[in-house]
Amino acid sequence: MTHTLRSIAFAGFTILSAVAAPQVFDFEDPKGVNAVQFTLDSVLEPIAGTASDVAGKVTFDLANVAATQGKIAVETDSLKTSNSTMTEHLLSAGWVDAEKHPEISFAFTKLDDVKPAGDNRWSATANGDFTLKGVTKSISVPVTLTYLPGAFGKRINKPELPGDLLVVRGAFSIERADYGIKPGQNEDKVSPSIQLTFALVGGPEKK
Amino acid sequence: MSAAPDLPPASTIAAWRVLLRGAGVLVALFVFCFWAAKGYHSGWTQTQVPVKQLDPITEIEFITYEDRFVPGVDYLGGGIFVGMVIFGVTFIRRRSPKSTRAAG
Repeated sequence: MTHTLRSIAFAGFTILSAVAAPQVFDFEDPKGVNAVQFTLDSVLEPIAGTASDVAGKVTFDLANVAATQGKIAVETDSLKTSNSTMTEHLLSAGWVDAEKHPEISFAFTKLDDVKPAGDNRWSATANGDFTLKGVTKSISVPVTLTYLPGAFGKRINKPELPGDLLVVRGAFSIERADYGIKPGQNEDKVSPSIQLTFALVGGPEKK
Repeated sequence: MSAAPDLPPASTIAAWRVLLRGAGVLVALFVFCFWAAKGYHSGWTQTQVPVKQLDPITEIEFITYEDRFVPGVDYLGGGIFVGMVIFGVTFIRRRSPKSTRAAG
């Protein structure tokens, strides 16, 4: 009897530890949904596009959401607009210089102002270092986190597979001159500010 | 003394003028009609068209690109400019020998 109780207690402790332990989410999405969208106002219409090769890992602790930390990176040459010539210009040395700076990244070590925003949903501010064109600056990004327990298998049409999902959404803007992108040039034609929005999903870390 | 022995006959020049003016108008008309038929797109020309999609589980709205040519106002403007240049070329007159002599 004592042995059985001990076994149950041990099993319970193991399950609780597993649930409460920080989870690492991998943001290299197998369905290719992850992307960062960018918009710059310009003369005729806003220049808009996406950067779709997203990778990175985020450590998320359901018991301590503020301790969430991680790094998200996009491959610079995955930037794309709806006009191929415009995309070529964007990737060139004058703009993001994809050849010399193949990665754009945001690394954050904690979340501030964490507030519940619904079931398994929180709003917060991620403070961290944003790197673009080799220039790193500290920025604050308002984010929304959504934790979807057990949704990984369902999403990839394999419901038997265990695993949770973490969805991170956010929007922020940067000044292109701060990152050495045509500082002071053509500001009457192309806005000096770049708006960035993202909605990213992370799944269980690949072992 | 012949004024300009290497000049083609006036009727040939006039025929070319008519032809070029017609071609200029046709180019401009074709460009306008093509632009209109492709949806009167008032932005820049698109070589790939963004299509919004929704991931049902995460409710993430994401964008995929469809390879499709949608002419924009830059295409329209460029085409009409080319048409106008072709049309305008017909108004260039070779200086007549009389005026050349007068100028000299």
